[in-house]
Amino acid sequence: MSFQSNEKSLTTSDIKRPDIKTADAPLGRNDLARLVAADIAPGSFVNLGIGQPTLVSNYLTEEQDITLHTENGMLGMGPEAHGEDIDGDLINAGKIPVTELPGASYFHHADSFAMMRGGHLDICVLGAFQVSATGDLANWHTGAPGAIPAVGGAMDLATGARDVFVMMTLLTREGASKIVETCTYPLTGVGCVTRVYTDKAVFFTGPQGVTVRETFGCTLEELQDLVPVPLTAAVGP
Amino acid sequence: MLDFVDTVETAVAGIKDGSTVMIGGFGNAGQPFELIDALLDCGATDLTVVNNNAGQGDQGLALLIREGRVRKMICSFPRQSDSWHFDAKYTAGEIELELVPQGNLAERIRAAGAGLGGFFTPTGYGTMLADGKETRIIDGRGHVFETPLSADVALIKALTADRKGNLVYRKTARNFGPIMAAAARHTIVQVSDIVPTGALDPETVVTPGIYVNSIVRVTGRTDSAGTTAGTAEKVA
Repeated sequence: MSFQSNEKSLTTSDIKRPDIKTADAPLGRNDLARLVAADIAPGSFVNLGIGQPTLVSNYLTEEQDITLHTENGMLGMGPEAHGEDIDGDLINAGKIPVTELPGASYFHHADSFAMMRGGHLDICVLGAFQVSATGDLANWHTGAPGAIPAVGGAMDLATGARDVFVMMTLLTREGASKIVETCTYPLTGVGCVTRVYTDKAVFFTGPQGVTVRETFGCTLEELQDLVPVPLTAAVGP
Repeated sequence: MLDFVDTVETAVAGIKDGSTVMIGGFGNAGQPFELIDALLDCGATDLTVVNNNAGQGDQGLALLIREGRVRKMICSFPRQSDSWHFDAKYTAGEIELELVPQGNLAERIRAAGAGLGGFFTPTGYGTMLADGKETRIIDGRGHVFETPLSADVALIKALTADRKGNLVYRKTARNFGPIMAAAARHTIVQVSDIVPTGALDPETVVTPGIYVNSIVRVTGRTDSAGTTAGTAEKVA
């Protein structure tokens, strides 16, 4: 494994591709999870958020040797526990009973978030309400009047992990793009998202704006009609 | 000063109205249910409670909230599918909420136990949870100043204590226990087992006894729902 700086590790080599790939149809949740899993570098330390991101664990291979982190104090988390394996003292951040893998470790909450904030976690995968063109993330609070706010570890994950991957459908039920110029929902973190995996395309976000790595069931032009920020193909110069 | 007490009632008897009480646990893992039940029975009220959540279901912290004994919750994740008692009090305007990102909550607790006056963290910068807080750009990155969070009392759960008050925990039930033990002026621990001095390998001690004031043995074991059933027993 190479030694990397604390900076977000997206480099131009990541986005230099001869042509963007285009698949025939939009990706389902499981296919999207498989794609995210395949993009995680071997040996990475990874935190998978609650909900759709959890599906990614189903597609990680033994050869990848990924270590999963759960913010309630564990590295080396195994699959969800069933039947006699359920132990109330062994749960994940979603409070679901899980298992431990050989080589697992436990630590207290301050250490768990220190390793995240300290840049030791390579990737976290999160869901989102909205992602802005410059990688701002909104995923914790709708801001609706009367809604009880609950942030949990969302802000810490968004700010702490070296790379923040978002998994979401591109459009809301009403058909609005969740990739936006500026988030209208309350922010979780500023400029933290590096990639967005959606059913219709994979995007890179950051100071350079939004580039598209590949599309599913649409062309770049058709995608541009759906997304209100300028899109360019993530190809080399 | 370390005391071994016989009952959870004795352990919590000194908790006064208006106290700030840290309660360990993440969800039900590590939640000291028997100590919380004793706190409920002892009648202390007007409490400020620090916990990651705001109670689940109809047990533990949720009951303390239902009974109107908690004036203010300091937590990261109050809203859950089964947080109905908190939800009702919050909607009725009967409980105050200080919402803190989970890592900032943990570090504020740690800072208090470590004697620090606070810290600058990137977590929360540029969000509504940083509103009104001091900010600073450090190495080109925005940071928010967060203050230490201490307490009058901590109620935590560990697996085993020795006669010096050294503690070991079990799996993810460790969570907030070690940092709350250090941050509170009086730390009360319920454990499943008490062993003689020297029986714990010093290399495996997680919380040194210097942070612990009161220990009570509560027998019972974790069941599949993540809850503990048991009663305090006289320490042999």
